[in-house]
Amino acid sequence: MMKYTQRKIKNNFMKFLLFFLTLFAVIPLAIIFFHVIRSGFGALNYSFLTSLPAPIGQPGGGIANALIGSFTMIALASLISIPVGIFGGTFLSEYPQGKLSSSFSFVVDLMTSIPSIVIGLYIYAMIVVPMKGFSAYAGALALALLMFPIVVKSTEEILKLLPQNIREAGLALGIPRWRVILSIVLKGSIPSLTTGVLLSIARISGETAPLLLTAFGNQYWADGLNQPTASLTVQIYNYAISPYQEWHQQAWAGAFILLMTVFIFNLIARGILVKSQKDS
Amino acid sequence: MNTNKILTIDQLSAGFGQAEIVKKISMAISTHEIAALIGPSGCGKSTFLRCLNRLHEENSEAWVNGEVNLEGKNIYQEGIDPVHVRSQIGMVFQKPNPFPSMSIFENVAAGLTIRGIKKRAYVSQVVEKSLRQAALWDEVKDKLKSPGTSLSGGQQQRLCIARALAINPPVILMDEPTSALDPISTSKIEELLLQLKKEVTIVIVTHNMQQAARISDQTSFFLMGELIETNNTKQFFTNPDDIRSENYISGRFG
Repeated sequence: MMKYTQRKIKNNFMKFLLFFLTLFAVIPLAIIFFHVIRSGFGALNYSFLTSLPAPIGQPGGGIANALIGSFTMIALASLISIPVGIFGGTFLSEYPQGKLSSSFSFVVDLMTSIPSIVIGLYIYAMIVVPMKGFSAYAGALALALLMFPIVVKSTEEILKLLPQNIREAGLALGIPRWRVILSIVLKGSIPSLTTGVLLSIARISGETAPLLLTAFGNQYWADGLNQPTASLTVQIYNYAISPYQEWHQQAWAGAFILLMTVFIFNLIARGILVKSQKDS
Repeated sequence: MNTNKILTIDQLSAGFGQAEIVKKISMAISTHEIAALIGPSGCGKSTFLRCLNRLHEENSEAWVNGEVNLEGKNIYQEGIDPVHVRSQIGMVFQKPNPFPSMSIFENVAAGLTIRGIKKRAYVSQVVEKSLRQAALWDEVKDKLKSPGTSLSGGQQQRLCIARALAINPPVILMDEPTSALDPISTSKIEELLLQLKKEVTIVIVTHNMQQAARISDQTSFFLMGELIETNNTKQFFTNPDDIRSENYISGRFG
């Protein structure tokens, strides 16, 4: 038998090892975070948020059109993907038997692993070329295709966590199955579903490649949803690849805004989850 | 004699796919009595219970043969909607399972409101009555809006009983309702059941033989999917007809 002190030393050593490895994993994140804040925060001011990009050579300029463009396209994408994705995930969780369910599950898994540039290319060929132009519609559709499988999978996982006997309790009250799913299973999972949705929005907020091929970008305000539309990510890209020092600053500032948005979405998502766990 | 039998089960068999878990069981259950089903794990008593409100068939590959007559009407007759059957036969499960994200009030009201009965005054009245019947009213009357899941285990189980009572079924099925509870909560529920049987008929599956002896009027002993014996509880525990029953209650197996 091992002595008490020996066990204690061993235990502390393993604890330290785990702590150290965790720290190791967190370090890159912290470095990126602080670097973006340091480089971006300085270039940030009110006019950066409210004005259009400035022409080359002129000082100032901002990302107002890119913010609105990103917001519009993400909102449109959410409008499509959230309801469809939640219903799809509900189907997978509540009716897992049968061919339809397993093939749908397979398709969704495949969709999750399609590289986003391929989705961009696909929308380019299917929407942009026939419509003879880049547009916010095309951008939103590309984002929706990326978002949909994420929402389906998170919904499925969340609903599967609900014990089976909750569903049975509903059925045993003489409530039809579809009502049990709607009024008990889905309604009871709203907090966690919201978390899943917020995380999927955060996930697509950072997409650049598919937008480059579909919404393209715009130095000015778009005249409508059928026009090339600026987005935060593409704007950051354009600023970053330019040869001008001042534009590099703008890229960092844009990156800062993007990082903060994603960060805040994650925090809210986590907050909702923690609160709902406390309640139950 | 036959007129006060609220449930008569005739040649009921059930199972999943190839497996036959319940084998040709016939028995009758009297109105306003507590009928206990006992037997070792895997003897088919839970499956049998779940056939009585047609919940068994919700599992994949589940099948049922035979008749279950509720007040003289076969619930397995063609054209009978299982959803309707379940609104007449309540059920309480082994683990307390209040609906998530619903308040105490909403939990008890769920059977009414989800099925479209929304008249406020009526619903409140039913909720209060059901909670009183379940001996929970005094403990929760000041916090009806708190989540159902915030209650203790024993309270949650009484909440589930109130939820089942709210739709006013003549029969309530209970699948080991106290096996996840501490002794004090258990004895509260046992007292409650003795009160409740004045109004509803209770069929209870239990692993606890003392519980069956304490509260039931009739005891049925299941073994390997077969019904070995149904008898008056007192008779069953003092002088059972079948040697296997005697072996089981004296702890020689199971």
